[in-house]
Amino acid sequence: MVIERKWKKWLFFYVPLAVFIIFTLFPFYWMAVTALRPDGELYRTFRQANATPFWTLAPTLEHFRDLLKTTAFPQWLWNTMLIAIVSTIISLICGMFAGYALARLKFRGSEFLGTIIFITYLVPQTLLFIPLADIIREMQLGNTPWALMLTYPTFLIPFCTWLLMGYFKTIPKELEECARIDGATRFGAMVRIIFPVAVPGILSAGIFAFTLSWNEFIYALIFMSSAELKTVPVGVVSELIRGDIFFWGQLMAGALLGSIPVALVYSFFVEYYVTGLTGSVKG
Amino acid sequence: MANVTIRNLNKNYENGFHAVKDVNLEIRDKEFMVLVGPSGCGKTTTLRMVAGLEEITSGDIMIGKDVVNDLPPMDRNIAMVFQNYALYPHKSVYQNMAFGLQMRKYPKDEIEKRVREAADILGIGPLLDRKPRQLSGGQRQRVAVGRAIVRHPEVFLFDEPLSNLDAQLRVQMRVELKRLHERLETTAIYVTHDQVEAMTLGDRVVVMKDGRVQQVGEPLELYETPANKFVAGFIGSPSMNFVDVTISDSGGALWAQAEGLRLKVPPQKVEGARAHSGKRATLGMRPEALHLATGSDHADYSFDTAVDVVEPLGNEILINFRAGGAAMVTRVDPSVRVKAHQGIRVALDPERVHFFDDTSGAAI
Repeated sequence: MVIERKWKKWLFFYVPLAVFIIFTLFPFYWMAVTALRPDGELYRTFRQANATPFWTLAPTLEHFRDLLKTTAFPQWLWNTMLIAIVSTIISLICGMFAGYALARLKFRGSEFLGTIIFITYLVPQTLLFIPLADIIREMQLGNTPWALMLTYPTFLIPFCTWLLMGYFKTIPKELEECARIDGATRFGAMVRIIFPVAVPGILSAGIFAFTLSWNEFIYALIFMSSAELKTVPVGVVSELIRGDIFFWGQLMAGALLGSIPVALVYSFFVEYYVTGLTGSVKG
Repeated sequence: MANVTIRNLNKNYENGFHAVKDVNLEIRDKEFMVLVGPSGCGKTTTLRMVAGLEEITSGDIMIGKDVVNDLPPMDRNIAMVFQNYALYPHKSVYQNMAFGLQMRKYPKDEIEKRVREAADILGIGPLLDRKPRQLSGGQRQRVAVGRAIVRHPEVFLFDEPLSNLDAQLRVQMRVELKRLHERLETTAIYVTHDQVEAMTLGDRVVVMKDGRVQQVGEPLELYETPANKFVAGFIGSPSMNFVDVTISDSGGALWAQAEGLRLKVPPQKVEGARAHSGKRATLGMRPEALHLATGSDHADYSFDTAVDVVEPLGNEILINFRAGGAAMVTRVDPSVRVKAHQGIRVALDPERVHFFDDTSGAAI
């Protein structure tokens, strides 16, 4: 590293970094504090003498207890997990094959097809849910997990395809050519050589797809009506806001618990995730 | 064991680029054939067509007695070493070498035996458990070669395999490849842009330019009797000196003339040069065909000039000068003492003079 003056390093590096970290993490802190606060403290205004807006004096788990006991939160968590995993797997499989085809098979119109697939990703969900709702009704999938498992791939597949296409393009062609001389078919070379080499790209596409389906709101809101079939984002909002009453403590407890799986997924795969996005294969 | 025959081979790319034009080659069994030429000359495309990685526009490729035009790469019984090694990064050295045998369903102990044997030949026995990223460039190159030899293919294809190595390692690997070829006695086709590699490795060398074969021959044959100006200039370092001259007939002898230069056409070239009398031609002289004139050199084969730059290389000295309107260089003994701008008299060896047609570049 180039040697710099200390104050410069502080001014241009540590201070902005600290500001950034505070800015990013404060909402999470606020969420956590609110979830742990007893109701008495929660509804105290800032002007009261004993107000402690940024910390709590009597941390309690009562909101978590209420959340798990009075609502179907564990069931929501399970629904969300199942739907996210299934739709991620479907999207990854389709995305891997489609991405490979677009990156490697030089067929007529492959570039055009690539662009079209990307454009479908840009169509806003708020428009797409209207025709999709019709299809779901026709196929009588409404209010079943399949309604979401099959509609999430409509935006996940284009995304995975695009990301994986970019990754496959960074893998040297010679690897595949060598495998074909070594006796593999094109399909064999793809499955035995290209996919294993592309694991970082596949993992980051998977993480993204998982997060997108975990956080998805609008389809989940429209296609699911029974309380016990809802996903976490919809369940928390629809069951814990009654009219104009916000159950802040339970809301935040639900949000906190709901964000843990995603945080875990990211922390496990963070290294792959970075190489997956920057895309680098060294022979 | 197989010979490779290439007949009227052509490659047109979809964008209209004609990469390979009417190539005809006969590569003999156990021969080490080198394709050499500047980048874009079609040598790699030719090799890739032999490998089956590139479709043939027209013509035939035969390995042994079989036309392989439409066979997929896996059915051609060839092995290829790529410039960037193309090792499978997720597999260990052992798995890299075993992959081709596994795909062909060899029994496990046979695979083990062959991999160990190849690893011993190449001196990579201790590296078998490593991953490619833990290896140095030279070691990766060895693994890539090992992966090719375990299969005992009929033909080896090398696509600039030494280009990614540093200069010293390249010389070392060059010798090893040659030794390996002598040991394995397998037909090999080797593509390179480096003429030194071509000359040192090849039993025969094919010089290509703009998709066409310029000349096929043994290394010294190419050096001594180049078929045209391109081959003459491409083979040899420093390259051949060229001077544009006019051939004229005076006093019963033929003379090659340029500004400040008048040289007699040597007897063995007279017959060919006579047809060019009164026309322009290119005179070619290798740096070692020139020397500083002594009293015994004939005036018809020497000329005066002044030293431009002296390059002492230790085992020899290169003297740069200008004559006949062209920059020239001569290779002389290191004991010669000359300084820049010093006037010198240069003589040429009449036995080693080349003439080339002005328009076609063909040797006269």
